[in-house]
Amino acid sequence: MADYDIPSITAPIDIPALKKGAMEHLSPFAAAPAHQEALGFPGELVDDWQSKAIDKFAELLRRSRALKVYMDSCVKCGACTDKCHYFLGSGDPKNMPVARQDLMRKVYRRNFTWAGKLVPWLVDAEDLTEELLDDWYTYFHQCSQCRRCSVFCPYGIDTAEVSMAAREIMDHIGKGQKYCNEIIGKVHKIGNNLGLPEAALRDTLDGLEEDIEEDTGVQVKLPVNVKGAEILLVTPSADFFAEPHVDGLIGYAKVFHQAGVSWTLSSYASEAANFALFIGSYEQMKLIAERIRKAAEDLGVKRIVFGECGHAWRVAYSFLNTLAGPFDFLDPAYPIPQHICEFTYDLIERGELTLDKSANDHMTLTYHDSCNVARGSRMGSSPGGQFEIPRAIIRACCNNFVDMAADTIREKTFCCGGGGGLLTDDLLEIRTKGAAPRMRALQEVVKDHGVTHMAAICAICKSQFAKVMPAYGFDMDCVVSLHQLVSNAIVLDGQTTSHSEEMSTE
Amino acid sequence: MLLGTIFAVLAYFATAVFVVGLLYRIVVYARTPAPLKIPTTPAPVKPSGVVIRMAKEVVFFESLFKANKWTWLFGWVFHAALLLVVMRHLRYFTEPVWSWVKWVQPFGLYASFAMLAGLVALWLRRFVVERIRYISGPSDHLMLLLLIGIAATGLLMKYVVRTDIVALKAFVLGLIYFDWQPIPNDAVLLIHLGLVLALMIVFPFSKLLHAPGVFFSPGRNQADNPREKRHLAPWAAALDAGRQKAGGK
Repeated sequence: MADYDIPSITAPIDIPALKKGAMEHLSPFAAAPAHQEALGFPGELVDDWQSKAIDKFAELLRRSRALKVYMDSCVKCGACTDKCHYFLGSGDPKNMPVARQDLMRKVYRRNFTWAGKLVPWLVDAEDLTEELLDDWYTYFHQCSQCRRCSVFCPYGIDTAEVSMAAREIMDHIGKGQKYCNEIIGKVHKIGNNLGLPEAALRDTLDGLEEDIEEDTGVQVKLPVNVKGAEILLVTPSADFFAEPHVDGLIGYAKVFHQAGVSWTLSSYASEAANFALFIGSYEQMKLIAERIRKAAEDLGVKRIVFGECGHAWRVAYSFLNTLAGPFDFLDPAYPIPQHICEFTYDLIERGELTLDKSANDHMTLTYHDSCNVARGSRMGSSPGGQFEIPRAIIRACCNNFVDMAADTIREKTFCCGGGGGLLTDDLLEIRTKGAAPRMRALQEVVKDHGVTHMAAICAICKSQFAKVMPAYGFDMDCVVSLHQLVSNAIVLDGQTTSHSEEMSTE
Repeated sequence: MLLGTIFAVLAYFATAVFVVGLLYRIVVYARTPAPLKIPTTPAPVKPSGVVIRMAKEVVFFESLFKANKWTWLFGWVFHAALLLVVMRHLRYFTEPVWSWVKWVQPFGLYASFAMLAGLVALWLRRFVVERIRYISGPSDHLMLLLLIGIAATGLLMKYVVRTDIVALKAFVLGLIYFDWQPIPNDAVLLIHLGLVLALMIVFPFSKLLHAPGVFFSPGRNQADNPREKRHLAPWAAALDAGRQKAGGK
């Protein structure tokens, strides 16, 4: 078992008393020189790192209005202090958003403000010492960039932007994080986070086609690199093999099949997640986004649809047009890009899917709003569609659905604990503690409403929950893909196996 | 008259620092590009919706209300009261006094008590609530003390040690019309004015920049329309140039 305390979830999650230094021992593995250099960052900490860091900081302040305004505007009102899941789970005061930001703001004041230069002791201004840099590395990697704090800030200060900027500065002085930078390198080289080459991808998809045919008697295709297909599906690579992700992928395939549209995956752009978001690098983010553009151009598709992935959808919805647009070669009749939930919801609305809700009767579901979908994107044409559309799909596919407590869902949803580049085993302790608020909310509906499963639409949420839920006494397969529910309920034309038989044989 | 001259010079200096400093900040904020669309969603999809969102934020402190009802109450009461008090003070800058300023006068008087109460409550939070105590630095305490000092000396003059308000108004109007007049030699008045001038001077160099900052916060002032409209910062547009030349379509 873990050698750290797992927060209790049987009582309401109280705002913890401060435990100074509670998480200061936990830093992620450092990027190896090879990981750094593949992205054009210095291999290891450069000699004049302090002045280089300040130079980069100055550049970011010129490049980003958000950073500049956020550095100036905080009044330390404390509105955010009890909003971060990592603070609620760990009690470490440096995990309070304002204190996390202040690690950076101290250096801002010292180097870029008169008060900080003249009277540093008065305004908490500090030079970027080695000790403070270590704090940066530790605590800016205990932020999942989920934006929950920014909802409550009277000035909209977003700690995600601050931690992205801090990570970008650290990358530029040779202090990068292994998990993110190694993965970004794999995308540049192979096309996805897992480093899954085309042959392996084809193999996996062939296997899935066989599984679906065995289950349903219907030949549902999962095509790769098909030129002239109408839709390019870009999905997180975890969908190709991880549980419960792969059940979601099967769901998308069935929906496309039933809709009668031609579609394809691309082995060149076989990754929806854009981890460059986590390290705050516009340039790296653009490189990854351009792969999607190139794949769409090369395959001659008319539409781009994204699979279930939280940060991916934020980058796709909010940034893709900026990073890799304009997409004037795609069909303007459809949203560019479109979320798979928007695609499925549209079919449901038009009555084009036959859904047998009873196929999901063995479950009582709740829904976890993924942080970056909830607070950094939208679905559909009106604000809040990102909350309504997934729930509408669940209701169309399931008889039993219950929402969790109001202050833990929708725009106030808690991060799963593994977002923002923290989904790595070297950070498991903070991941586990950070999941506590969500686990608590889940526990409540389990107790009061007999909830058995929680649906999610993010590859990170699914992996994170599957990993940490056992620590809280839940089964790891309590978390399901939203399109897994669609997959269960959808009745394909010519389907031979009925759901009830399928259930009874299991 | 020496005292009057000192305060006159200080007043011009403080006003210049306040106005120029603030304008400089606003220009910097306005000119710094926002490279990506990052409104905190759900967000309005049209600019007209953004105006409503910002108005709710600035007038009612909507986000703070979501966050913590006590902080919201104390903070909102202080800010609203400060606004009324400032409006009431226009009577010392106008001759004849504008009619709406006369109308606001009684509210401004009540507001001065509310302002002081709000400030004291905000200050107490910095001692009583452990989390807020942890994040409070010397300047956070001093800023509240400065404002409490202004409110307290103001109330003192109104209700305890009254000053020669007619002479004071002559002094203030003299500043405006460059016809300098002596300032009443009253300790409480001089402290009150000195603190106000100090506040004006520190404004553009301190966290008081939250006042212009909130209007420039991309999380609040951007419309949620990235799919419909391509958003591109000038420095980011330069990165596109490579692609177009390299043979894109």
